[in-house]
Amino acid sequence: MPAVAETLNTVESLTQSSYKWGFETDIEMDLAPKGLSEDTIRLISARKEEPDWLLAWRLKAYAAWQTMQAPGWGKIGHPPIDFQDVHYYAAPKKKPGPKSLDEVDPELLAVYEKLGIPLKERAMLAGVEVPDGGEADGRDGRPQIAVDAVFDSVSVATTFRSTLAKAGVIFCPISEAVREHPDLVRQYLGSVVPAADNFYAALNSAVFTDGSFVFIPKGVKCPMELSTYFRINAKNTGQFERTLIIAEDGASVSYLEGCTAPMRDENQLHAAVVELVAMDDASIKYSTVQNWYPGDANGKGGIYNFVTKRGACRGARSKISWTQVETGSAITWKYPSCILQGEGSVGEFYSVAVTNNHQQADTGTKMLHIGRNTRSTIVAKTISAGRSDSTYRGLVRVMPKASGARNFTQCDSLLIGDQCGAHTVPYIENRNMTAKTEHEATTSKISEDQLFYCRSRGLSEEDAVGMIVNGFCKDVLKELPMEFAVEAQKLLQVSLEGSVG
Amino acid sequence: MNVVLAGVAAGSAAGFLRRYEAIRDRLPGDPQPRARAAASLERHGLPQRSAEAWKYTDLRRLWEGRFGEADASFDASALLRRVLDRAGLAFDGEEALPRLVFVDGTLSAGLSRLPQGCDCSGFGGIDVDAPVAHPMMALNAMLARDGAVIRVPAGLDACGLLLVTLGTGTVGAHLHHRVVLEEGARLSLLEVASGEGDYLNEGVFAFEVGRGAHVSHVRLQQDAPGALSFSTVRAHLAERSAYDGFNLALGAALARHEVHATLAGPNAIVHVNGAQLLADSQVADLTSVIAHDAPGCNSRQTVKNVLTGRARGVFQGRIVVARVAQKTDGYQMNQALLLSEQAEIDTKPELEIYADDVKCSHGATAGALDEEQLFYMRSRGVPLVEARAILVRAFLDDALALVEDETARAVLDRAVAAWWEGRSA
Amino acid sequence: MSAFLSIAGLHASIDDNGTRKPILNGVDLDVPAGEVHAIMGPNGSGKSTLSYVLAGREDYEVTAGTALFKGEDLLAMEPDARAAAGVFLAFQAPVELPGVNNANFLRTAVNAVRRARGEAEMDSMQFLKAARAQARALSMPEDLLKRNVNVGFSGGEKKRNEVLQMALLGPSLAILDETDSGLDIDALRIVAEGVKALRSPSFSALVITHHQRLLDYLVPDRVHVMARGRILRSGGPELAHQLEAQGYAGFLAEAA
Repeated sequence: MPAVAETLNTVESLTQSSYKWGFETDIEMDLAPKGLSEDTIRLISARKEEPDWLLAWRLKAYAAWQTMQAPGWGKIGHPPIDFQDVHYYAAPKKKPGPKSLDEVDPELLAVYEKLGIPLKERAMLAGVEVPDGGEADGRDGRPQIAVDAVFDSVSVATTFRSTLAKAGVIFCPISEAVREHPDLVRQYLGSVVPAADNFYAALNSAVFTDGSFVFIPKGVKCPMELSTYFRINAKNTGQFERTLIIAEDGASVSYLEGCTAPMRDENQLHAAVVELVAMDDASIKYSTVQNWYPGDANGKGGIYNFVTKRGACRGARSKISWTQVETGSAITWKYPSCILQGEGSVGEFYSVAVTNNHQQADTGTKMLHIGRNTRSTIVAKTISAGRSDSTYRGLVRVMPKASGARNFTQCDSLLIGDQCGAHTVPYIENRNMTAKTEHEATTSKISEDQLFYCRSRGLSEEDAVGMIVNGFCKDVLKELPMEFAVEAQKLLQVSLEGSVG
Repeated sequence: MNVVLAGVAAGSAAGFLRRYEAIRDRLPGDPQPRARAAASLERHGLPQRSAEAWKYTDLRRLWEGRFGEADASFDASALLRRVLDRAGLAFDGEEALPRLVFVDGTLSAGLSRLPQGCDCSGFGGIDVDAPVAHPMMALNAMLARDGAVIRVPAGLDACGLLLVTLGTGTVGAHLHHRVVLEEGARLSLLEVASGEGDYLNEGVFAFEVGRGAHVSHVRLQQDAPGALSFSTVRAHLAERSAYDGFNLALGAALARHEVHATLAGPNAIVHVNGAQLLADSQVADLTSVIAHDAPGCNSRQTVKNVLTGRARGVFQGRIVVARVAQKTDGYQMNQALLLSEQAEIDTKPELEIYADDVKCSHGATAGALDEEQLFYMRSRGVPLVEARAILVRAFLDDALALVEDETARAVLDRAVAAWWEGRSA
Repeated sequence: MSAFLSIAGLHASIDDNGTRKPILNGVDLDVPAGEVHAIMGPNGSGKSTLSYVLAGREDYEVTAGTALFKGEDLLAMEPDARAAAGVFLAFQAPVELPGVNNANFLRTAVNAVRRARGEAEMDSMQFLKAARAQARALSMPEDLLKRNVNVGFSGGEKKRNEVLQMALLGPSLAILDETDSGLDIDALRIVAEGVKALRSPSFSALVITHHQRLLDYLVPDRVHVMARGRILRSGGPELAHQLEAQGYAGFLAEAA
């Protein structure tokens, strides 16, 4: 039997692969009534004890959103979303100050355990009061990672805060930043992604509930990786988090986000906004492993993931690097972008997008070269399996003043099986003669020669495909921080489980 | 200058619709497709830049222009002589190629030299299935009243045929050509578009390429600096057939060459190559949609842009590979040389792929002449002007070398050399 | 009397993302007519920059100093005018010219230079004859003339192509920028023979190299040691042997 046919059989036999993060947690929730109106927004704002300016900003975004239409240009299809059928606020009911893990809601702890968060951090995330210095010791020599966990609408806890504070780094839920650092938030919020930037960004601006805030002051290299786990748990809720990261002159930070959700039959909406600001010589590395529930093998359920991520390289020689491994969600619509304004600033986008079963992904990036000698690199790997459709969509625009600008783009697509689609839609606009843009794209399948070679060396077909796919994605995976890279590799294998070929 | 109508609504096709109303009773052939096209234009108008397919090409000059009827008494022989002379082609005598000459949208029998063997009858009418959703095809279906119908019988090699379209004044010319190659037939079509004035030269080509047939379609678009030039090619390819197209765009204020090719039979081949050499505020757009609907087909595109002044080059290429089209081999390459501060290149190569056993790739590059190469040549004593000329020529060579027909190739080489001389003079 | 090539107080810098990075910091060097001089020095000492500045590459900004060639201000001339005046730079990394035929390129260059010198141009027959003869002398396969300039050439073929160009252009000053790097011993001898063939009282050469090897064939009249953008020391051929034996460390320490 030829390898491909055999593989297809394997595919079918394995299509019932399980989404192992699909557990549901029964936690007492504080839930806003369904539906979106000015009242909902006032309620969210009131719950978060927000200042008047922020409420006004939300209401303005809401007014703009009402005049806007959902964008239709993506290569994705879904029934119209009923925005009135969603809870816009859901928070675990919090009891004040547990003294030990025993006092913590065991369901919440179970969530952290399933998310793979180490015990000590689980305690911190659950808000257990830790004696001074208790957070400083490393875990068996492994690098320390500070974690912010966002559970449905609310950030539940952030770890390692005092260590970070010593370095001058602020890492906290954005709702807290609104209270504690209002001037910073007010200065930067919406400065990269304006409130009415697009349909989903406007929605987010109106109803965002939480997310992470990071501020790295001048000259500070963040002493550890920062990380946020996002988790949608409650039924019929949307998650609208907002992340804001600011790196002042000469500052640097590496930030990771991971996301999971329970398996549910209905589609759930996730519309996040991420804004990054890098000043002179600053550098921000933003890594995502997106593993929202993708829906079942028949395309039932799954998260609709409509995300606006954008970074502004405002300062000279600043650098923003996006790395994403997108394996989850029923629909993914996201284009992490860089506005390369500062002279000599650098933007990077490394992406692996895997779709299987009935998933649809339309993802890519925008690189806007405004300043002189700006440079950008795009490496996008698209893998389609099952009956899925995956599209790379990207824009490279070189403005007239961007002398000496450089872009290199590499897009590769891999099709696994003959019922899926892989598409590449780049837009390249060059208005400066001294700028140089290069774009390369290929579409291919796993060659039978490669498969046969691996199998003749004793690998199972699954392992052979996993190995070849990992090789295909290597240029992107190597950009991930070490611990994430391992997780991402496993995830790739799991995502393709039951559909390899 | 085109007469600009004050206050024309964006995207309005009103001027064209009025003209249709005025002449509809005199138009030949089946009135049905024309009426459908008119209804479509009335409803949708002409596209604006908000339409994805026209994102980079602004049709303002088309909807604001007012294009009129031809002067039937005009003698175009002197104009034709000049155009052929410039192209290095003989006007008469043994050297002269068989040719069809259209002046302002009508066949000029006096200037044409009908070929032997293949059937070149007059206008064949508009297809009943003319896709009126496409604005240019709709304009054409509504207004075309002439065009070539060329049929090459099975097994015949019809060799070279020259097709000249001349525009003058502010005439709006709409030609609808049909080229049918029966099984195993061959044809080498060289098209020269030229003229004098601010006219509109709009044409649709419908190619039907039978099993194992081969057609070469080389275009030299040298329309007048104030002209608008649109050509839309539909090619339907049967098993093992080939459409080998090359478009050299040098003229017109605004030009778009669009190719829709359907690889309907296995192992067919389509080439949509070209070069766009633009200056001043010219805009030229090469757009293609290549549908791989059968297995084992091959599509190739190599397009070069040389842009000076405030010129803008546009390349949009889309390869769509259907599920059945296994073993597809698709390739697109668009390259641009920007020779001035204000030149711009917009590129959108698209792959849409539903079959897993395919080899598809595209590439795009843009940039200035390589400083290091220039310095190397100058350090060997080659003056800057000459060094630039050598590099521009070398840049274009990859694409021009793809033109296999020697006569056509010589015409293009000559046109490119003259264009460059005109620039560096 | 001014020397054949006379460089004095030459400073040059390159733009490094907005900041100016000085590379030449006051080079003084005289090469009389008919002599072969060698410049040796560690990586990053400014040797290649000196050769580029003399050939007129625009990325480098001359901030001070002079370079006179046969009494003329070399630095004021365009790169092709320098070639016509008789300066030839053999590139360390010869540039590839895709789509440009090697023979056509050479003939264009030769005729441009001849025109500038007021000599008659060569027709293609004359040129091909001369080019073929030179190619044979350099043991170059003839098809290198038919291929695109340096495209797909091996390292050795590229260097031989440089020497071929030099022979055909007939310069009075040849600057060889590490022409010996990457050559095997036979190729090295051929390249050296090519240079030797041009030696005359009106021909000088500036040979930039890391190694003694090339200097065994092309015995220099003077050897200069360059570091940190300056000539630190000059001497006879024995200086090269001394460098080969002791390395640059001693000179650098001495200069520090």
